[in-house]
Amino acid sequence: MNGTRPDKSKLYYPKMPSTWWLKTPAYFLFMLRELSSVFIALFLIVYLTRIYQLTHGPQAYAASFESLRSPGWIIFHALAFLFAVFHSVTWFQSTAVVMPVRVGGKVLPPRTVTAVNIGAWIVISLIVLILFVTLRG
Amino acid sequence: MASGKNIDPLWWGLFSAGGVVAAFLVPIHIILFGFAVPLGWIQDAATLYQNWLVKIYLFVLISLPLYHWAHRFYFALNDMRLGIPRKPLAILCYGSAIVGTIATVWVVLQI
Repeated sequence: MNGTRPDKSKLYYPKMPSTWWLKTPAYFLFMLRELSSVFIALFLIVYLTRIYQLTHGPQAYAASFESLRSPGWIIFHALAFLFAVFHSVTWFQSTAVVMPVRVGGKVLPPRTVTAVNIGAWIVISLIVLILFVTLRG
Repeated sequence: MASGKNIDPLWWGLFSAGGVVAAFLVPIHIILFGFAVPLGWIQDAATLYQNWLVKIYLFVLISLPLYHWAHRFYFALNDMRLGIPRKPLAILCYGSAIVGTIATVWVVLQI
């Protein structure tokens, strides 16, 4: 090991074409999952720009949401929703594997953990919906 | 991140916190603010944003998933082997998330 390591230029580095992720469905889904974060971030930035309109008064705020009625925005939000759901499901699946849950010395099967998380997700979503409807005054 | 090994855990921590927030909270918010409010299913709620708990909630909801995006976008572009230099890409991704955080703080304090 000492000093016998070959010159870096003589080491073998596999050449990966930048289209490697298009060749296998699993790799393509992996890239789609990574892409979901782009749609989630875009949605949040759009939402932030709508809230910002409140500084110009409640009417400007309401008008900024009316502008989101156009087909282009509806398609954007439909895509963003699909990607967000894809993120949620894959996130719960991976955390169940990465962070095993032990109950009474036994490791719960990842499927159970995923199912519990999906249940919690639905409950939290309903709570947000109910809070929004009841608190808006 | 390429610029220093010592702060790697910070970016990973923000990545997972953002991932959790995005997984549990973002889909319902897209239904509410992408469909329900624009299409008039639910009336808008301008007064809601004066509540401090709502301001803090919005800060968490908007800022943390930006770090989740930065982390995934940085590594995905690296994995794609597009030949983009790592360090500027890292600064662009994580820097954008920091700018987004400052913008979020500013907006929630203004409204």
